[in-house]
Amino acid sequence: MKKFFALGLVRGLSWEIIGTALGIGFVTLVRLLIGLPAWKAEPAVVFGALLGALFFLVGVGAVDDWFKWAVGRETGEHFDDSHPGWRRYFGASLDHKVIGIQYLVLSLILMSVGGLFALIFRTELAEVQMQFLTLNQYNTLMSLHGMVMIVSILLGIAAYMNYLVPLLIGARDMAFPRLNAFSFWIAVPAGLILLSSLFLGGFDTGWTGYPPLSARAPLGMQMFFLGVSLAGFSSIFGGLNILATVIRLRAPGMTPFKMPIFVWAALATSLISLTATQLIGLSFQMVMLQRLFGMGFFDPAKGGNPVLFQHLFWFYSHPAVYVFVLPGLGLISELLPVFVRKPLFGYRWVAMSSLGIALVGFLVWGHHMFTSGMAEYLRVPFMYSTLLVAVPTGVKFFSWVGTVWRGKITFETPMLFLLASIVVFLLGGLTGPPNATVSTDLHLHDTYYIVGHFHDTMFGGYIFPFFAALYFWFPKMTGKRLNERLGQLQFWLITPSFVVLSLWMMRVGLLGMRRRIADYDAALGFEASHLVMTVAGFLIGLSLIVFFINVWYSLKKGPPAIGNLWNSRSPEWQVASPMPVHNYDQPFEVVGEPYDYGLPGSQYIRFKGEK
Amino acid sequence: MKHLITVAILVVLGTLGVHAGLGTLGLLPEQASLQAIAVDKLLDVHLWLISFLFSLIVMTLAYSLAVFRRRKGETGEGAHMEGNTTLEIFWTMIPLLAVVFLAFIGAASLGEIRRIDPSALQVNVLAGQWYWQYQYPEYGIVSTELYLPVDRQVNLQMTSNDVIHSFWVPEFRVKQDLVPGQTTELRVTPNMVGEFRVLCAELCGTSHAYMESAVFVVTEEDFAAWVESQQSTAEVDPLLLGQQLVQRYGCTACHSIDGSQRTGPTWAGVFESVIPLADGTTIIADREYLIQSIINPNLHIVEGYNPNVMPSFASVLDQTQVEAIASYLETLK
Repeated sequence: MKKFFALGLVRGLSWEIIGTALGIGFVTLVRLLIGLPAWKAEPAVVFGALLGALFFLVGVGAVDDWFKWAVGRETGEHFDDSHPGWRRYFGASLDHKVIGIQYLVLSLILMSVGGLFALIFRTELAEVQMQFLTLNQYNTLMSLHGMVMIVSILLGIAAYMNYLVPLLIGARDMAFPRLNAFSFWIAVPAGLILLSSLFLGGFDTGWTGYPPLSARAPLGMQMFFLGVSLAGFSSIFGGLNILATVIRLRAPGMTPFKMPIFVWAALATSLISLTATQLIGLSFQMVMLQRLFGMGFFDPAKGGNPVLFQHLFWFYSHPAVYVFVLPGLGLISELLPVFVRKPLFGYRWVAMSSLGIALVGFLVWGHHMFTSGMAEYLRVPFMYSTLLVAVPTGVKFFSWVGTVWRGKITFETPMLFLLASIVVFLLGGLTGPPNATVSTDLHLHDTYYIVGHFHDTMFGGYIFPFFAALYFWFPKMTGKRLNERLGQLQFWLITPSFVVLSLWMMRVGLLGMRRRIADYDAALGFEASHLVMTVAGFLIGLSLIVFFINVWYSLKKGPPAIGNLWNSRSPEWQVASPMPVHNYDQPFEVVGEPYDYGLPGSQYIRFKGEK
Repeated sequence: MKHLITVAILVVLGTLGVHAGLGTLGLLPEQASLQAIAVDKLLDVHLWLISFLFSLIVMTLAYSLAVFRRRKGETGEGAHMEGNTTLEIFWTMIPLLAVVFLAFIGAASLGEIRRIDPSALQVNVLAGQWYWQYQYPEYGIVSTELYLPVDRQVNLQMTSNDVIHSFWVPEFRVKQDLVPGQTTELRVTPNMVGEFRVLCAELCGTSHAYMESAVFVVTEEDFAAWVESQQSTAEVDPLLLGQQLVQRYGCTACHSIDGSQRTGPTWAGVFESVIPLADGTTIIADREYLIQSIINPNLHIVEGYNPNVMPSFASVLDQTQVEAIASYLETLK
C-alpha cells in the first residue's frame, strides 16, 4: 500500500482531487462572502479543474526542483533514481528516454479512447435514424473523438522527438530536463480534464468549438477549452526544448546538413508548436472568459464578431496539421534508406522542404474559411498560398521515389508501414487541391470529403509512420523485438480497411453527405456505404488489438534485441539495447554523411578512442 | 533507360485508367445550377491532376518494389545515388508552374460562380436552431419552403438568429455560412426544374442533422401561381395556423403536448395554470405570459429549467403568428 502511494502518478492524482475540491470550495466561499447565490457550477468547476491541474503537478513532483532552487537548495542532476524497473515510468523522471516512453504510452491510451469513441458513433451511423445514442451523446462523442485524437497525436510526436532527438544528435539528454518533465506531466491532468467533459453535460461543437454555439454549450465545453489550453503548454515548452537541444547539444562535427533528417523535421515542427500554439489557447480562453464574465468577444449583441474566433483558431490549427505530419514525414525519410540500402535522395532538398512547409503553413489558414463570411477578396490570395504547399510536399514525394529507385529493397514490418504511409499520404495530399480552389471547395466544405481527406493525411502522415517507427525502435526502447508475424497481420488488417474507409468517406461527401451529422436521410442512399465504413472502422480497431497483443507477447517472450538489428548507420544502433541510462558511454564525433549506404568504407560517426 | 520507358508507359495507362474509373463511379449529385457547371468543370481538371500524380508516384514506387527488391540470397547495397540537383530543380519548378496555373483557373472559376445578375430575385434567408425561413421582400411573402423560378439568378441575403449555420443544396454545389450579426450573400442560378433539399452544413447543435428544408425549382408560370397562392392565404383559421407553425419550427422537439418530460416545459394544460419560477415566485400562465415566453423566453424561467436554452422568436414570427400560436396553446389540455 505504501509502495502504491509512493508512485508519483498516484500522488499526483490524489493531489488533483484535493486541488479540485479546494478550488470549488474557494469559488463558492467567495460568492457567499460577496453576497451572490453560493452555488454556481460553471465558475466553481472551471476554477476547481485549473487548481486541480496545478496541484497534480506539485503532487507528482514535476516542480520539486524549481521549489528547491527557489529556497536556495542544491539538487542533483537527476531525480532520485530509487525506483528501478517499470516503477520509474509512473513518476517524475528527468531522463528523456523515460519521458519519451511515458509520452508514447499516454498517447496510445488516448488513441485507444479516441478510437473507441469513433467506433461507438460509427456504429450509430451504420443505419439511418438514431438507434442507441441520443443526438447530444453523438455530438459529444464525435467532438471528443477529434480533440482526443489531436492530443494523442501531439503526445505521440512528442514521444518520438523526446526519445530520438538526443540519441540522434549524440546528446546526454534534452537541454532543459525539468521543463521536459513538466511538459509531459501537464498533459496528464489536461487529458483528464478534457475527458471529464463527457460527464459534465458534454458539448456539441466539434473539435473546432466555434462560438456562438460554444458560448451556449453545456459545462463540458469549458472542460474541453481548459483541457486543450493546458495541453497547449506541453506543446509550447516541448517545442522550445527541442529547438534548444538541437541548436546547442549536437555532437562535434554534426553541422546542420549532417544531422539525421528526422532532426530537421523535429526542428521545423518545434518552430510551429513554439510560435503558433498560443493562438488556439488564446481563442479558447476568450470563449471561456465570454462564458464566465460576459466579455462579448464573439457575441454580436455586444459588438463582438464570431468570425474573429475562426481567424485566431485556424492561425494555429492549420499549422498544427503540419505539426502532426512533419515528424511522420521525417520518419519516412529517416527510415526509408535503411530498408532500401541507398542514400536519401536529395537530402538537402528534403531538409529544406520541411522548413518550407512549416513557413508556408503559416500563410494558409483562410482556406478553412472560404464559406465563413470573411472578406471576400481574401479568398483568392489564400487560394494561391494554399496551393503553394504542394511544391515542398511534392519534393518529398519525388525524393522518396528517387530513394527507392534502384535500391535493394526488403519488406520487414517497418518498411511495410513506410510504404503505406507514402501511398496514404499521397491520397491525402492529392485530394487537398480541390479544397484549395475556392469554387470547388464551396461544394466540398463541411462534407465527408473533408473528413476522408484529412484522415488520409493523418494516417499517412502520422499513424502509419508512428507504427513504422515503433516496430523499428521498440527493440531499442525495451531490448525486445516485436513479433514479425503479428506485425504483418496488423499491417494487412489496418491498411486495406483504412484505404476503403477514407475513399468511401470522400465518395459520400462528394455526393452530399455533410460531416458531423448524427443521422442522415435514407433517401440519399448512403446506408450501404456507411455499413462498409463501419466494418472498415472495426477492422482498424481489431488491428490495434493485434498490436497490443504483440507488445504484450513480445515483452514477455520476444527474442532479445542484440546488435545492429536493421544494419542502420544511425548512432543509437551502434550501442547496446536497451539504451544505457546516460546514452553514449563514449561521446561520438561525426565524420561523414548520415545516409551513405552503398558507399564502401564510408563512416557516419566515430566514437571517442576508436579509429 | 529500359526501366524509365516501362514506367512511363505504366504512368500513362494508370492516369487514363484512374480517370476513367473515377468517371464511372458517379461522384457528384445532379447538376442543377449554372454554378454547378463551373464547379464541376474545375473539379474535372483536379481529377486529371490527381489521376496523373497518383499514377506517377504509385506506378514508379510499385515498379521499384517489384524490380529492385532484394532477391533470395542476394547481398550488397543499393546503387549509391545522393541526389541530382537538375532533377530537384525540375520537380520544384514544374509543380510551381502547375499550382500557379491551377490558382489562376481557380480564380477564374470563382469569378464565374460569383457573377452578379442585376435582375436577380432577392430572397432574405433567416436561419435559427433548427429552422430555415425565406422572406421574399418583392412579394411580401414569408415561407419555410424555398420556391425558385428556373433560369433566373437568386440573390440570397442571409443571416442567422442564433449560432452559425450554412446554406447548402448539394445539387447547386455552392455553400455559404449564415453568421449572426452579419449578412452574407450567395447567388445561385437554378437551371433545372425539380425538388431539392437545403441542408445546414455547419454544426449548429443538437438537431443539426435534421436542419433541412425543401427547395422547389419551378417554371416561371408555376412560380407566379405560387406567389399568388401565398399572398391570398392571409385569412387562415388561427388555431390551424398556430398548429402548423408549431410543427414548422420544431417547437415540439423541446415542448411536449402530452405532458412528457423534454428539454423545455410541457404545454399540456399550461394555459391558466400556476407556474413555479426559478426565482422562487409563481406566475399565472395567461395569454400575456404565453406570448412573452415566445418572444422573450428569458423573462420568466420555469423552475428546474435553464435560461438561454430557448431562442427568442421575436424576429422570426410576426404579431399574427405569435397570436396564432398562443391561441393554439390555449387549447392544449
